[in-house]
Amino acid sequence: MSVVLSLRQVSKVYGAGAAAVHALRAVDLDVVAGELVAVMGPSGSGKSTLLTIAGSLEEPTAGQVTVCGSDLSALSADATARLRRRSLGFVFQDLNLLAGLSAVENVALPLELDGMAVRPARVAALKVLDELGLTDRAGHFPDDLSGGERQRVAIARAVVGDRSLLLADEPTGALDAANGEAVLRMLRSACKRGIAGVMVTHDAQLASWADRVIFIRDGRVVDQTAPSPSPDALLAPGPTP
Amino acid sequence: MLALLVEAPKYGLQLRQEFEARTGEVWPLNVGQVYTTLQRLEREGHVETDDAGRDGAQKRYRLTADGERELHSWLRTPPQAGPPPRDELVMKVQVAMRLSQVDTTEILQTHRRRIVEEMQRYTHLKADAAPEDIGLGLVVDAELFRLEAVVRWLDAADARLRSLPTIPAGAPLTGPSSARDGQEERPTRSVQDDVAGARR
Ligand SMILES: Nc1ncnc2c1ncn2[C@@H]1O[C@H](COP(=O)(O)OP(=O)(O)OP(=O)(O)O)[C@@H](O)[C@H]1O
Ligand SMILES: [Mg+2]
Repeated sequence: MSVVLSLRQVSKVYGAGAAAVHALRAVDLDVVAGELVAVMGPSGSGKSTLLTIAGSLEEPTAGQVTVCGSDLSALSADATARLRRRSLGFVFQDLNLLAGLSAVENVALPLELDGMAVRPARVAALKVLDELGLTDRAGHFPDDLSGGERQRVAIARAVVGDRSLLLADEPTGALDAANGEAVLRMLRSACKRGIAGVMVTHDAQLASWADRVIFIRDGRVVDQTAPSPSPDALLAPGPTP
Repeated sequence: MLALLVEAPKYGLQLRQEFEARTGEVWPLNVGQVYTTLQRLEREGHVETDDAGRDGAQKRYRLTADGERELHSWLRTPPQAGPPPRDELVMKVQVAMRLSQVDTTEILQTHRRRIVEEMQRYTHLKADAAPEDIGLGLVVDAELFRLEAVVRWLDAADARLRSLPTIPAGAPLTGPSSARDGQEERPTRSVQDDVAGARR
């Protein structure tokens, strides 16, 4: 399995001197193609910081970040922007949908920015919207969508095209259980098709969709789940520890 | 059991298979449980059988009018209520807090990880099942919501510990069921009581 995202001894300090905040401390993390990793931890533990650094939106204070084989510190600004556009998909807490574009235009935008013609980009965008049950909302503008629908449009935009790495920060924020499950099914199936995914959440049910859950605390990775055994283990309940 | 018989009269073995299929095979049932239940239902007149001579496995059971009334009343009866069971996890965390050589945060995390791992197994079972397998979805969701509540309790306990970093050793800790909302007048229990309870 190829490593899509790799963090080596990554630290991030905001501010300096007495006011310095150590948001991340010597974090090591590898995420391989096809794997969905969830990051859990208390508020302020550094989860969003981890995601923005993995997504090249911020630079680490120390350590090395490698995305799709490229060491981010060695890339020019242009090359970093291209990598972000082509290989990364983001779903962030503030969704950043463009108010002047319809749902389908928002989803097609990253493809068009990457040089795809308008029509095939639109077809690809409609397909993803359809998977998320949004076919009849494709023409709506973000302001005319419910919070949950906006959330799903943001996810469609993040998974459209051939991305290698998906970064999601509380991707189901405003959704109820059923819609949250639909989103997680979608993320999981995107990963099953070969994308690497990192999802930040404080919700154990959402995290349990992941192949691996890492626990972060005060900027450190303190624990992670064991590789999951076959689900059959549940059917023959053995002695519980 | 009665619900399965609404559709048609069925043999005991068939009832067992269908019960397991509809609960997503998460709640396995042994043959003995099936037949004691059927015998009880027959005694109470909720089901009847036309093959009086044969033994359990061969008998075909049919729902009576009385059984159908019983089914409808059962559907509306609240699930067994009673005092909440003594929560072993709450007790362990209370004990950990009292022991200066134990890092309670680490104990909380150990349980958090173990529960999330269990939730992963359930969720992956659901993820790989056909969406129309509603029986499995219902049973798995029930377990997931229950386990999620435990993780949330662990998170809340963690936050409490953070806001109160030093706990005076030897201070009496109250049990979870003590004087909630000021309505109950039960005396507060100490951890020693809890430990004694666990040994009993
Ligand atoms: N731009 C910034 N400048 C200064 N401090 C920051 C900045 N961004 C984050 N921090 C601090 O870094 C720490 C980690 O923040 P981060 O946003 O990564 O937490 P989080 O785990 O995502 O929390 P939450 O669950 O509340 O979203 C916090 O103490 C936060 O105050
Ligand atoms: Mg955050």
